[in-house]
Amino acid sequence: MTIGEIINKLSLNEVATATGLDKNIKKGYVSDLLSNVMAFASADSIWITMQGHQNVVAVAVLAGLAAVIIAGGVKPEVETVDKAVSEGVILLTTNLSSFEVVGRLYELDVRGE
Amino acid sequence: MNSRQVINLEFQLKSGDFEFAGEASSQIKRIVQQIGVKPEIARRIAICAYEAEMNVIIHSQGGIIRVEILPEQTDLYVEDRGPGIDDVNLAMQEGYSTAPDHIRNMGFGAGMGLPNMARCSDEFTITSEVVVGTKIHMTIRHI
Repeated sequence: MTIGEIINKLSLNEVATATGLDKNIKKGYVSDLLSNVMAFASADSIWITMQGHQNVVAVAVLAGLAAVIIAGGVKPEVETVDKAVSEGVILLTTNLSSFEVVGRLYELDVRGE
Repeated sequence: MNSRQVINLEFQLKSGDFEFAGEASSQIKRIVQQIGVKPEIARRIAICAYEAEMNVIIHSQGGIIRVEILPEQTDLYVEDRGPGIDDVNLAMQEGYSTAPDHIRNMGFGAGMGLPNMARCSDEFTITSEVVVGTKIHMTIRHI
């Protein structure tokens, strides 16, 4: 399942897009603790969080994540979006809860392990 | 990379500077990737640098990260200007944190910073003196 397909299936808002929408996503991770994400999210996975501040982008870059979904209707800060654009991080938002996003991704064969 | 080449970098870190948090780590990661360090090793270097950077920004009065990149390994030297850690063994325990609530609400302060650094580095040493500051040295081998 590509990021582009995930965006369509879950009706996600693209607040920062970058190249790589055709990247195939096999793994996902959900956590709002940044160190936990750094330690345990696999490279090239999709990350679901309710944090909207700009350190989210740094974590995505450093952990080599494919995209970030900010769930629960949280609006990322302007600086977060700007940083995502400049760093080439795909940033997506949704009003769906983290639970609902993860459930739908699981149905699309995205796994935690 | 030529066997005699060494890359030295230095980054000043300001207390509470969340705006630029992660910049030093991002630059370090970019450089090790450019010289051909394997992605999973580059990731470990980035995690060590990021956790160190965040600790200095969150907990200290400011400090510095010095990086020495050799063909076979990367060394990170982190030094801050206090207040130091009272009980280093306690601080090394996963889940222990002294971060205030507003920092925790940002998703920091999970008590995983130091354990993450220890896990992702091949060699890890920490010394701390109350009031004076904390010093950390990490080595991450490229092979």
